Amino acid sequence: MFNELLQSSVLIGILYSGIRLAAPYLFAALGETVAQRAGVLDLGVDGIMLMGSFAAFYVVFETGNLWLGVAVAVAVGALMGLLMAVISVTYQAEQGISGIGLYLFGLGLSSLLFRVMIGSVKGVSGFPILRIPVLSDIPVIGEIFFNHNILVYLAYLMVPVIWLLFDKTTLGLKIRAVGHNPEAADSLGVSVNRVRYFAVIFGAAMAGLAGATLSIAQLNVWQENITNGLGFIAVALVYFGGWRPLGVLLGSLLFATVNALQLWVQVKGINIPSDLAVMLPYVLTIFVLIFASGRVRQPAALTKPFERSG
Amino acid sequence: MSNATGRSSSSKRLGGDRLFDALLPAIATLIGLLFGAILLLVLGVNPITAYGSLFQGAFGTVSGITQTLTKATALLLVALGICIAFRGGVINIGGEGQIIVGAIASTAVALALPNLPGMLLIPLTLLAGALAGALWGGIAGVLKARFAVNEILSTVMLNAIALQLMNFLLRGPMLDPEQAAAGTNVPQSATLPDQVWLLRLVPRTLLHTGLILAIILAVLVYIFLWRTTVGYRIRAVGLNPSAARYAGIPVRRYMALAMILSGAFAGLAGAVEVTGVHHRMIEGLSGGYGFSGIVAALFGKLHPLGAIPASAIFGGLLVGADKMQRSVQVPNSLVVAVNGLVVLFVVASDYFVKRRARRRVADVPPAAMPPLAAAVAAESQG
Amino acid sequence: MRRLTPLFVLLLIAALALAACGGAKTAAPAEAPAAEAPAAEAPAAPAEPFKVAFVLPSPVTDLAWGQSMYDGLKAVQAEMGEANLEIAYSDSMFQVADAAAAIRDYASEGYDLIIAHGTQYGNSLFDVAKDFPETSFAWGTAVDTGADKGLKNVFAYEAAAQEGGYINGVLAAMMSQSGVLGVVGPVEAGDAKLYIDGFKAGASATKPDIKVNVSYTGSFGDTALAAEAANTHIAAGADILTGSAQQVVGAIGAAKDKGAKWFGTQSDQSSLAPESVVATQVFDWTATIKDMIALHNAGTYGGKAYTLTLANGGLKIVYNAGVAVPAEAKAAADAAMKGIEDGSIKPLP
Repeated sequence: MFNELLQSSVLIGILYSGIRLAAPYLFAALGETVAQRAGVLDLGVDGIMLMGSFAAFYVVFETGNLWLGVAVAVAVGALMGLLMAVISVTYQAEQGISGIGLYLFGLGLSSLLFRVMIGSVKGVSGFPILRIPVLSDIPVIGEIFFNHNILVYLAYLMVPVIWLLFDKTTLGLKIRAVGHNPEAADSLGVSVNRVRYFAVIFGAAMAGLAGATLSIAQLNVWQENITNGLGFIAVALVYFGGWRPLGVLLGSLLFATVNALQLWVQVKGINIPSDLAVMLPYVLTIFVLIFASGRVRQPAALTKPFERSG
Repeated sequence: MSNATGRSSSSKRLGGDRLFDALLPAIATLIGLLFGAILLLVLGVNPITAYGSLFQGAFGTVSGITQTLTKATALLLVALGICIAFRGGVINIGGEGQIIVGAIASTAVALALPNLPGMLLIPLTLLAGALAGALWGGIAGVLKARFAVNEILSTVMLNAIALQLMNFLLRGPMLDPEQAAAGTNVPQSATLPDQVWLLRLVPRTLLHTGLILAIILAVLVYIFLWRTTVGYRIRAVGLNPSAARYAGIPVRRYMALAMILSGAFAGLAGAVEVTGVHHRMIEGLSGGYGFSGIVAALFGKLHPLGAIPASAIFGGLLVGADKMQRSVQVPNSLVVAVNGLVVLFVVASDYFVKRRARRRVADVPPAAMPPLAAAVAAESQG
Repeated sequence: MRRLTPLFVLLLIAALALAACGGAKTAAPAEAPAAEAPAAEAPAAPAEPFKVAFVLPSPVTDLAWGQSMYDGLKAVQAEMGEANLEIAYSDSMFQVADAAAAIRDYASEGYDLIIAHGTQYGNSLFDVAKDFPETSFAWGTAVDTGADKGLKNVFAYEAAAQEGGYINGVLAAMMSQSGVLGVVGPVEAGDAKLYIDGFKAGASATKPDIKVNVSYTGSFGDTALAAEAANTHIAAGADILTGSAQQVVGAIGAAKDKGAKWFGTQSDQSSLAPESVVATQVFDWTATIKDMIALHNAGTYGGKAYTLTLANGGLKIVYNAGVAVPAEAKAAADAAMKGIEDGSIKPLP
């Protein structure tokens, strides 16, 4: 019965879907990685995504300008990040709880704005599929990898960008330092809180971008609570990835591809209960981590606010 | 170490300080509501009317108070578990899933033993819920202890898994035979035998004896954490794992234990919701308690006794906000946004309390103390 | 800190006690007449607007189950005039205990009819209905008016979603070029399951060799997964899709982008994708609402169960003018509709 799944068209379909589905997770989780590497756990990603996705949708709905929508989503995400940073960095709030507060705020405010500014579910034309010339003509590979909308490409492009940021730039070094040993960083003249502000705001801007990916590139509609908890999964994927961009990439791809697989399992009429099929990506993500990971040290100062002593 | 410096300075001023500390969350709540007032004004609603009905709805009528306390019961049970977990250094955001499996298990037990007298069936049912929650939390705990799987990851995933498990059970094995017969297949279980229903404290309201149970448990958790060796070790592990390890405490085992206990309380909350409020397993039963319980616990400074008023206040905020939504007819989402703001401001206000605490406990180097640890330290020295 | 905590606790207990005492004094007299008030006023003062409260688990803008009732209420209000029908609603009441509080609260504030738009609210509704015998309550999806519990003031309502599902299935089977249909379901239960079973039955009765692929997202609100499910169906060869619950807006978006056709249910979805939506089974609650209001005004507060069907006009197949339906498909659908109305076709296998 599983032969059904081994047809090449199905396998291509699963991989294609997996790559597409992973994009919003990737944006959000990479952004969260930057924040966490600097020592700040932002549990409010889902709320930021909701705000970003609404902002992008609203701008495109009113103006039709897709890139303006992206820009506004990034800006709104950054503003939410600024709020998080003020509360969690300056006022040293317990980060688990401030994240939940931010989530509730974003969830409520985005729905409220939707009611006031749009009122009913509408559609927009989002980013079209952008076939990469030449590459998209390669059989199989082209179909799977080079046949997406531009935000999907951008999401994958962020993986090496974040990697470079961490490993090759002074800023990345500072981010890692304030997350690992803020006292030492401080004594070397790094402004711990300024770096953390940057990291949190940057991460939130990425979450805004993740929201835009949903609302103006992949779904092209907006509805209350459109993310449905996607942001929380993204936070979990940061732990899966062990705070490394490549790990986050693998985690996002695994989760998304298994999700695509379970949809195909259902569509192909393979006889397992639908609920158990839906469970599959969640179960497998845990299992893979059990067998695949060594002990990864988390940023030592994660969730710990910094106060200069003496 | 002592805080003699603090005590011996001006005790009068200090008393004022402490009163200020205690009032600070209230002030922060007001600031949060003030921002909410701006949103209300934009919608053309008079904020004074709106907030009047919020307070009236939460604390101003008998029915409002019973609603608040009913909500506080579930919040408190979850919050107690959160106190244990966070004190033990594990972040349990799997309350939702643990509530669901607790509710499932207790429903299954109550339905399987319909002829048992209530005296036996009630404890058995509640125990089943707690055990199931402990198991669900335990999975995350063991994964962390044995395989270094981070608990935030596993609890997020386990929440989703529990939800699907519930979907699966409620449309097949546990589906109400009446629903199956009528062909409507609405996902809910059969009604529990009525000897297992918890007594209602106030007739014609949902307030049930679970509240008393939760308060007793709060005291027990306090005794457990502060008066027993196991509790002390859990706190030691949370406070400083390396020091605890150095002192010969098996850190990972105690982290797993904290997670198991935390899950047990959330599972119990599920069982109490089933036996006290709904009298059956039903979708929408966990409805956010797993997260709001965290907020309640942290509002209560992660102290089991502090969690009692914190749950009542936060429960009141939720109940009152719903009332406000009804009386001035604003979208429910406004209420959610305002709650979010209140959480943000209250948690930020803690900063001022901590600063004062640090000044009082001057001999503890603040940079080495995360806020949680500082609070614990201040308390154990007090 | 240790000293502080009991102080804090004491303060709060004191505050609570004060609030309780203060509340009890003002509330005791206020609540008792509240229960009586509607009885005394309703027949005496026809100039008072009829007050309806509406409690639902999803947003009123869900373009599905919740919106179907909201649109119905709005339509009745437009007909009766805003001065004569007052509507209050509490939406997104996913948590049953909150909904229960809302239902009781509306009842004590003298609303004439309280609509609890979710089956999960049933138990709470019966509890409240007992205490407010002169207030009408309605709930759905349900058939139980609580008569066996001695209640006389509860209406129940449901929609025979399988009927329109069947018609949509017939149309989809007739119009499909590829012979593959895709269904994006939420959770495999209740109304959604009825609709999907009807759709499958209608499709295979029309074209026995048609393939109907069904997938569920395991959630009512997972818009992103619903969109991917739609994409998957299309990749698996489906050229016509359907689905239910608020999540489908994602699937409709995907169908629109890929040029697939869509059949809707619950609320008219053609505005979202005018070039894709062929037809929607619309739940039209206006007749039900009007009947309940009329009965209430005549002194009958409940006891009736409503089922929306094609025969009684509660279910409507609304075609979207923007998409051409071949004449023979339309004819087959009309024939099936007649068959269901006269009972010769059973929409559920």
